[in-house]
Amino acid sequence: MNNPDRSAVVLAESRNATRKMLAEFWFYFSQNRGAVAGLFVFIVLVIVALAAPLVAPHDPDVQYRDFFLTPPVWQEGGNSMFLLGTDAVGRDMLSRLIFGARFSLFIGLVVVGIALTGGIVIGVVAGYFRGWVDTVIMRVMDVILAFPSLLLALVLVAVLGPGLMNAMIAIAIVLQPHFVRLTRAAVLTERTRDYVVAARLAGAGNTRLMFKTILPNCLAPLIVQGTLSFSNAILDAAALGFLGMGAQPPTPEWGTMLAEAREFILRAWWVVTFPGLAILITVLAINLVGDGLRDALDPKLKRS
Amino acid sequence: MALLEIRNLRVEFDTAAGPFRALDGVDYTVEGGEVLAIVGESGSGKSVAMLAVMGLLPESATVSADLMAFEGIDLRTMPAAERRKVIGKDIAMIFQEPIASLNPCFTIGFQLDEVLKAHTSLSRKARKDRVIELLESVGIPDPLRRVSAFPHQMSGGQCQRVMIAIATACEPKLLIADEPTTALDVTIQKQILDLLTDMQRDTGMGLIMITHDMGVVAETADRVVVQYKGKQMETADVLTLFENPSHPYTKALLSALPENATGDRLPTVADYEAMMQADVREVQP
Amino acid sequence: MFRFLIGRLALLVPTFLGVTIVAFGFIRLLPGDPVLLLAGERGITEERYNQLMEQFGFSRPIWEQYFDYLVGLLQGDLGISIVTKKPVVTEFFTLFPATAELALCAIILAVAIGIPAGILAAVKRGSFFDQTIMGTALIGYSMPIFWWGLLLIILFSGILQWTPVSGRISLMFYFPQPTGFMLIDSLLSGQKGAFTSAVRHLILPAIVLATIPLAVIARQTRSAMLEVLGEDYVRTARAKGLTPFRVVGMHALRNALIPVITTIGLQVGVLLAGAILTETIFSWPGIGKWMVDSIARRDYPVVQGGLLMIAAIVMVVNLTVDLLYGLVNPRIRHN
Repeated sequence: MNNPDRSAVVLAESRNATRKMLAEFWFYFSQNRGAVAGLFVFIVLVIVALAAPLVAPHDPDVQYRDFFLTPPVWQEGGNSMFLLGTDAVGRDMLSRLIFGARFSLFIGLVVVGIALTGGIVIGVVAGYFRGWVDTVIMRVMDVILAFPSLLLALVLVAVLGPGLMNAMIAIAIVLQPHFVRLTRAAVLTERTRDYVVAARLAGAGNTRLMFKTILPNCLAPLIVQGTLSFSNAILDAAALGFLGMGAQPPTPEWGTMLAEAREFILRAWWVVTFPGLAILITVLAINLVGDGLRDALDPKLKRS
Repeated sequence: MALLEIRNLRVEFDTAAGPFRALDGVDYTVEGGEVLAIVGESGSGKSVAMLAVMGLLPESATVSADLMAFEGIDLRTMPAAERRKVIGKDIAMIFQEPIASLNPCFTIGFQLDEVLKAHTSLSRKARKDRVIELLESVGIPDPLRRVSAFPHQMSGGQCQRVMIAIATACEPKLLIADEPTTALDVTIQKQILDLLTDMQRDTGMGLIMITHDMGVVAETADRVVVQYKGKQMETADVLTLFENPSHPYTKALLSALPENATGDRLPTVADYEAMMQADVREVQP
Repeated sequence: MFRFLIGRLALLVPTFLGVTIVAFGFIRLLPGDPVLLLAGERGITEERYNQLMEQFGFSRPIWEQYFDYLVGLLQGDLGISIVTKKPVVTEFFTLFPATAELALCAIILAVAIGIPAGILAAVKRGSFFDQTIMGTALIGYSMPIFWWGLLLIILFSGILQWTPVSGRISLMFYFPQPTGFMLIDSLLSGQKGAFTSAVRHLILPAIVLATIPLAVIARQTRSAMLEVLGEDYVRTARAKGLTPFRVVGMHALRNALIPVITTIGLQVGVLLAGAILTETIFSWPGIGKWMVDSIARRDYPVVQGGLLMIAAIVMVVNLTVDLLYGLVNPRIRHN
């Protein structure tokens, strides 16, 4: 066989192996009905968020002056124009909730993106180089973890100034030590394995060893932690919004909406109930997927 | 009346791939004071049968039998609370992994005392003395000090001795030993086997020795049951079995012993597989 | 055990120094002039500005300032609140019992329900009961507790009118507070109805704060029990003819508790973070609300001091849990 043919075969084989791995993964994942349901809800949320301007019946910021605190359509006094009612300044709840999905998913994505990238790089460096680099990094992580996450995020936002972007950065900083610890632990167990030694003997450099040889073998726990952090980020961002330190009004972010609705809590249940329900459903769906991922990726729990 | 009599025992496990039959119509009879060896490779169902007797199989297992009687009383129809009075007292069992079989969170003294508390009416003081006596009888050095030791502070051999002390604490009529020496060093294996056979001789209890080791069989057993893939191949007294095995699987097992090797390569059971498959089919009703 | 303890303490020192650096650096990282920030929004005269600059030593090299800060810390000096003009330490210890009482009640609730629920779910694995418990736990774990608190207020305070909306006790009661724990003090006061009032004020915040730890503990107990129930020593315990209650509740549980204790310890951070939200919703006068209010009022010395004290509490509790972990795990105790 000549060379191009051979590399084509190798490529096809590795593609086959990947497909087989994915098929096996899906088999275990789909056994968990909750996880599949969570994934379905999550996909619906993503579609709704992406298509928000098309799906939402109203502009989320338009105030209908004749419809302050209109109850949902099924309740007495409801109006079929506003399925889930309106808030204190006459904005359509449903449209605000739909646009809110954009913020929550965006927050989750950005926060996990920052925390994951930062955490992996720092964790791989700590685990690979060991010594004082490792010690310093891990002590800094200990310091971050010594503070309750929401408190530290709150204080960081106080330093950076209130706002959605700063809230996301703060939450990412607070969540990132978990990724560092996981990556470091995984790298420590992998770095002495034979395949790593073999790659080193074959002349692979530090960067290649760290990120191309070792890292792919530590991915499973990181993916699970990533899902967990995704839901945590949404919860924490909503909490910051609720405390007035996250997204600022009139942004239709769910936590901020709750903060605005607080004073009407005993008068208009819908302005309080729906944004929280939206947070709960989103976070629950992601956590269901996270549980399913953990079961499917963790060989220890696999049924033989 | 036999000590333990089992007729037509079947055990099935529910697995993801459908029901799996681990035991298919096996019979056992053990008389008082007798040593029965159950021999077979892994997957032959030799442990499963005895776990069924003890009621230790997981919930995914379905046990059925025509008879499963201990001293003439059918264990299957016994209420759970009644059965617990027999298990651990009149029938006791020791296992393959001695260190893992002891609870890491409790001292060995506590774990010994517990059986006495459950099955005897001895006073606290009397139990304490009995614990020391038992540890002494299984050859634990310095038992007064060792009662407060934790399993992780002892060797595998010592842990197995403690397991034997626990099993024999209430002077059982039947002791089941499930590969008691497999996880141990060769020199320790011999000591544990000697301890078991000595105790059996001294107390006159029945002993069921589950093993895959023909050497162990030769050294300890009166009678032997040979099992393969959940079925019984042959039952014979130990001399007959070694001198004149009637079943091809038994022949295969025996010729796989190193001392019986004739060629330059050690034969394995697999070498006899084809021949055996035919016979196994014949044996089936 | 001793080596274990020393090892943990040795790890604690650099972490605590790091915490002091964070707290010290916090004020200096704030955008803008530190003195103007400390002075608040009304602004100050130039004379006063220079005086404050001198007093706080902002003109001196940074390491000297940090050293002074550490010396102050060792003497129990956390600074002075801009708003109340009282020492931060005094304020902290006035408010801390309220948070401690709330958090203790929450964790007791979480452990008392979470561990039995987890055990039952593990023993009845795959049953309807197991699925219901674990489904509920996952919902609890996913709960935005600030919303959950509002919902409970709508239901119990609004519709049913069973519980008050805010505070620790009805305003009609007044008595000395030797312990700072309202439940105990109200009993000691001997005033009729005081204890009931305290309980009715505490119950909703405690439920809200307990929600996430409860869910986490139930899930962790279940998975730890499932792992342990498959162990050889559990089979041995059954082979001894012990009752199922003793096999599960003693032999299995004792081992399963080892990881569960670690989990319970990790809930301190969750509780204190949760206290920020819970106390805000229920106007509970504890350190969580104090921190939120101080951030809103730009009372930065309070934020700085509170940050340090809260981190110190988390570290002390975690150390205690580590020691407890060593005590329940003989493999650590004897090595």
